Amino acid sequence: MLWYVIRRLLLIIPTLLGLTVIVFAIARLLPGDPVGLAAGPNATPEVIASVAAEFGLDKPIPVQYWNYLTGLLQGDWGVSLFSRRPVIDDLAEFVPATLELVIAALLIAVIVGIPLGLLAAIRRDGIFDYLTRTVSLGAIAMPRFFLGLLLQLAFAMALNWLPLSGRFPLIEFPPDRITGFYTVDAILIGDWHALGLALQHLALPALALSLSPLATILRMMRASTIEVLQQDYILTERALGIPPWIILFKYTLRNAVSATLTVIGLYVSWLLGGTVLVETIFDWPGIGLYSTQAILGQDFMPVIGVTLVIAMIYLVTSVIVDILQAVLNPKVRLQ
Amino acid sequence: MALLDISDLHLSMRSFEGETPILKGIDLTVERGQIWGLVGETGSGKSLTGLTISRLLPSTTAHYTGGQVLFDGKDVLRASDRDMRALRGGRIGMIFQDPTTNLNPSFRIGTQMVDAALHAARDKPEILGLTGRESRRARRRTAWQASVALLESFGLHDAEDRMPRFPHEFSGGMRQRVLIAMAMIGQPDLLIADEPTTALDVSVQSQILRLIHRLVEERNIGVMFITHNLGVVAQLCSHVAVMYRGRIVERGPVSKVLKAPEHIYTRALMGAIPTARARMDTLRGIDGPLRDRIEAEIAATAKEVTA
Ligand SMILES: Nc1ncnc2c1ncn2[C@@H]1O[C@H](COP(=O)(O)OP(=O)(O)OP(=O)(O)O)[C@@H](O)[C@H]1O
Ligand SMILES: [Mg+2]
Repeated sequence: MLWYVIRRLLLIIPTLLGLTVIVFAIARLLPGDPVGLAAGPNATPEVIASVAAEFGLDKPIPVQYWNYLTGLLQGDWGVSLFSRRPVIDDLAEFVPATLELVIAALLIAVIVGIPLGLLAAIRRDGIFDYLTRTVSLGAIAMPRFFLGLLLQLAFAMALNWLPLSGRFPLIEFPPDRITGFYTVDAILIGDWHALGLALQHLALPALALSLSPLATILRMMRASTIEVLQQDYILTERALGIPPWIILFKYTLRNAVSATLTVIGLYVSWLLGGTVLVETIFDWPGIGLYSTQAILGQDFMPVIGVTLVIAMIYLVTSVIVDILQAVLNPKVRLQ
Repeated sequence: MALLDISDLHLSMRSFEGETPILKGIDLTVERGQIWGLVGETGSGKSLTGLTISRLLPSTTAHYTGGQVLFDGKDVLRASDRDMRALRGGRIGMIFQDPTTNLNPSFRIGTQMVDAALHAARDKPEILGLTGRESRRARRRTAWQASVALLESFGLHDAEDRMPRFPHEFSGGMRQRVLIAMAMIGQPDLLIADEPTTALDVSVQSQILRLIHRLVEERNIGVMFITHNLGVVAQLCSHVAVMYRGRIVERGPVSKVLKAPEHIYTRALMGAIPTARARMDTLRGIDGPLRDRIEAEIAATAKEVTA
């Protein structure tokens, strides 16, 4: 088991290496003039040449790639052409913000979706089942940004219960940085006031982001529970006199969740790639906003950095899902 | 009082097309120490009869339109859900056809076995030698030890080491032993076995049959053994009931029925056996002119009865 985990994690490295080649090539070979953009509209050829030299962009592309790669291994992810800030510093700030949002959305989706799916399955064809089926269809179809706007209208503007946007009140200082996750840092330093503020800001964007995965997880959970309840071993368990609640919460739940887990894993990458619109609407300072600006400015170092981080998170998630799968389902052999 | 007394049982199954009568007046009495073979072609209602005794059919589709099923004098069709749960496992044990699908693949054998033991012991703590006042941990430990002992006595060697394993690490014959042990750990008075050996190879099949036979001798339980295999009936059962289209058309001691079958359907079944040990699977379909004759004769006897 431990060996399997180590091997899977080691296998991530060549994948990422290949990815750097592809992303680097695409970013550098696309038509465009990042240096000219960075130097400004009125720059003389001398200025442009000096900017290019500053960033090492005057060298042949393979050399640029080699320099990037060796830098990467030493923790130097390149520098933004515009802000001239190291990309790694930006990522350290924006990645936790997005991850916090994505994890919160996923937690909502799992915590609400799994019990509701289970309930819909045991009350199959009942009112609740019809209701959730209809609503979840709508939820999957509804665009996230539109849902975000609705939530803002209702809870921020009409009811004034929650802040309209942002990650933290502008006039207050976020909790001291330990992990970069405001909620986690607030808990770690025991600042409950900051925790409350962070959660208030997190609520609406996380909700907007969670609805579609929630609906999918609910439907998946409903389907797999119904499937499990029809298995022979459930009849055997009933014939043994084992009470219905134990059959449901012990013997059915695990098998049904194991079938749902794959969907949950897939949603991590879907969420990571899909935060841009929600981050824009809620003015959430995450990698969605960051990479949009970078792409528009042809600022390729941040683009490459964000791509690598998302790939890394995706690959690690798939390892975690496989491990959980093996824990839930003993027939899955880790080899 | 008979252990099991089914009289005039009528069952209809609801589906999209409406209600279909499946059981049309079943009468059957099982005493302790008897092994009843329930035979008949596919779709004649054997499995649904078995499931009815434990009332395991979904109330949304199964509609009992008449008759009663007395277990130890108590009508299971009118018992509360709670009483039924107490009967299942504790008084009525069941085993099914396919040992590969009847164990939960995600849980250790020991977990499933201990749960079965503990639930049977809720109403009958004495089967595990408990007083009912032990701690949860003590109860689980006792249930574990009782499970190991039972599995060993059912011919599963190294049961202690096998308990923490998962079903897919067991052979089909071993799984069926585990399932029988799970059904028997509550020391039920009646065992309903629905084709328990059909999915096993012949040598394992005869071991399982011997095990069931031993249970009847040691514990004086009653058994309802559902099968297609008249060879198995001859080998194992003391009595046999022949089902045809939701009715029992002939019943009695095995020696009598198999030696001198009275009903035309029983004769057709037996005439269709190429050798004594052949499986009935190949013969499930009796068709053509023979079926017409059976139908005609049954119709005639039905008229005689009503006339
Ligand atoms: N859930 C159900 N809903 C409707 N009809 C059913 C249902 N289960 C079984 N039946 C019907 O009831 C009849 C009897 O089924 P049953 O399973 O008792 O047959 P069987 O004698 O056990 O057959 P086999 O030898 O193939 O196991 C069949 O015609 C079947 O189509
Ligand atoms: Mg059957």
